[in-house]
Amino acid sequence: MNNPLRSKRSQADRPESSQTPSQWWVWRSRHLSLRFDRRVPQVLMGVLLVTLATMIWSISQGEYPVPPLAVVRTILGLPTDNPNYIFVVNTLRLPRTLVAWGVGVALAMAGTLTQGITRNPLAAPDIIGINAGAALAAVSLIVVFPSVPISLLPVAAFGGALSVAMLIYGVAWHGGSSPVRLILIGIGFSLIASALTELMLTFGDINDVSQALVWLAGSVYGRSWAQVLAFFPWLGLFGLCSLRLSRELNALQLGDDLALGLGSQLEWQRGGLLLCSVALAGSAVATAGNIGFVGLMAPHMARQLVGPSHAGLLPTAALIGGLVVVAADLIGRLLFAPIELPCGIITAVIGAPYFLYLLIRSRR
Amino acid sequence: MASVALGVAEIGPGEVYQALVAPNGSTEHLIIRTVRVPRSFTALLVGSAVAIAGAIMQGLTRNPLADPGILGIHAGAAFAVVASIFLGEVTSPALYAGFAWVGAAIAAVTVYGLGSLGRGGLTPLNLTIAGAALTTLLSSLTTGILIVSQRTLEEIRFWLAGSVAGRDIGLLVQVLPYLAVGLLLGLALGKQLTTLSLGEATAQALGQNTLGVKCMAAVSVVLLAGGAVAIAGPIGFVGLIVPHMTRFWAGADYRWILPYSAIVGAIVLLVADIAARLIIQPQELPVGIVMPLLGAPFFVYLVRAQVRR
Repeated sequence: MNNPLRSKRSQADRPESSQTPSQWWVWRSRHLSLRFDRRVPQVLMGVLLVTLATMIWSISQGEYPVPPLAVVRTILGLPTDNPNYIFVVNTLRLPRTLVAWGVGVALAMAGTLTQGITRNPLAAPDIIGINAGAALAAVSLIVVFPSVPISLLPVAAFGGALSVAMLIYGVAWHGGSSPVRLILIGIGFSLIASALTELMLTFGDINDVSQALVWLAGSVYGRSWAQVLAFFPWLGLFGLCSLRLSRELNALQLGDDLALGLGSQLEWQRGGLLLCSVALAGSAVATAGNIGFVGLMAPHMARQLVGPSHAGLLPTAALIGGLVVVAADLIGRLLFAPIELPCGIITAVIGAPYFLYLLIRSRR
Repeated sequence: MASVALGVAEIGPGEVYQALVAPNGSTEHLIIRTVRVPRSFTALLVGSAVAIAGAIMQGLTRNPLADPGILGIHAGAAFAVVASIFLGEVTSPALYAGFAWVGAAIAAVTVYGLGSLGRGGLTPLNLTIAGAALTTLLSSLTTGILIVSQRTLEEIRFWLAGSVAGRDIGLLVQVLPYLAVGLLLGLALGKQLTTLSLGEATAQALGQNTLGVKCMAAVSVVLLAGGAVAIAGPIGFVGLIVPHMTRFWAGADYRWILPYSAIVGAIVLLVADIAARLIIQPQELPVGIVMPLLGAPFFVYLVRAQVRR
């Protein structure tokens, strides 16, 4: 993997940042070499620390307050002075917070991948209709076969997301990829899918429907270890796959022709990346419903922090996404306590103006 | 007529005619006179209002994808109504209309402003995306209010689904004059809109006061769309499909597109409402759910056919 063009580029970068030794930090092994921005490790550590602090704070808040120190002790298995803490923290609040974090990570990664594949800063799985497809499939499953186990939900959502992604690809991509039409067609598809979802809700038995409704609003309310176990394998598998493929995104970013010229196996890589993105988005939606705009916001925030190189961008965006959803869940619980707002609403209220800001900023 | 006859309770066409001409006070006649006739009238009125609003918007923005639902005007009206019930203890449905107009107006101005700030000015993409983002923002705020306040939810739930069933005939009568004003204003603007659809520079060169025309058209859109939302709740896509259907035989001249849109819009919504009643008997679907099923595929088709870049 000693690509002459790559080393030439990093030499060319050096004079620009002559004060600092090098802007890049390169990691090589026999099969893989990744090039990170120097800022990446610090930023990752920073975001991780803030996330941990927010998670602990989030777990300590609620009807039954637990002091933050006791939270840490309980999670680590150390004895505390109140035996109730174990139930409250480990059974009720920890899985919920973990789900929120995992969903944020998955959505943010999916968003980064879609933005990279389509070379479109406004593409995110929720905007181009992939989430709506996943939601449709999952709601159909809940309403039509109420007795299926919870672990099948991600599979169904993945199927729905994949079919919508294929449809969009087929309809929007003919004769070359056009980012503009992609978004509009995505909006059209999410309108269709959400209308069908509503139709399902009108059909179904009232108990199944109310279960589906809670879930649709984009909430991590009442998530237990069962969901954590169903969801984290997907996150782990496809998260690692996307990290592995992230390098190819840099080449794709330069345009199809140039990427082909650099030796990319264009269609295979694009297919693989799209598959990862769809799987991440689908399993996230299956776990927590439609939490909008995380996949849009997180990559942009990460780009501000660590620049556009995907090897560093992807993990940073992932951690930021996790932080955003954990924080949104916390805000949703504190804002009108004891009434809980689903965190999907919080992210949408923050995310939609951000989206408009991006639209306006892209004016130049 | 079919709309009056078909429904959960089977009533023959002959019976319908008798009920209209010579009511005898039986249950069937009561159903027809108090439930089905108002419902059909509502569908006709709302359909034509929304269709004209859509046609005007498409002419005004020179954007084939414009529709009060897609561009966030419905969401604005709905949000204003929900917020007013939440904050101000508004109980009379007549006041819905006022708030719906305010919300529709604010949303229209916002979307227009945001859309023209994006790259390349008021392209279909910018406008549609700004509308979609605004719709998402407003509808999640609406959902938030509904979750926080159970009482608001109780009052508003059926209205929000977008349905022409069980509408208060008194409200209809109250909103009617405003709709009529909007309708006449819109129809009167047909000629100016045709000129404007040639492009703003051309229209100015032809001696048109483009700003004045735009303002008048905007007032008309807000009156029509806001009024329609106040009566029937947000019903999308009528305003998108209908003007395109009429263009097949009316050409590009808005003097013809507008009146045709009114008629076709009324028919489309009436048919959609009949379909909504008959698809899964004995349940009824709100027509607001059926319209996207018809309209969204058409939207995708339009994007494929018309947006090239």
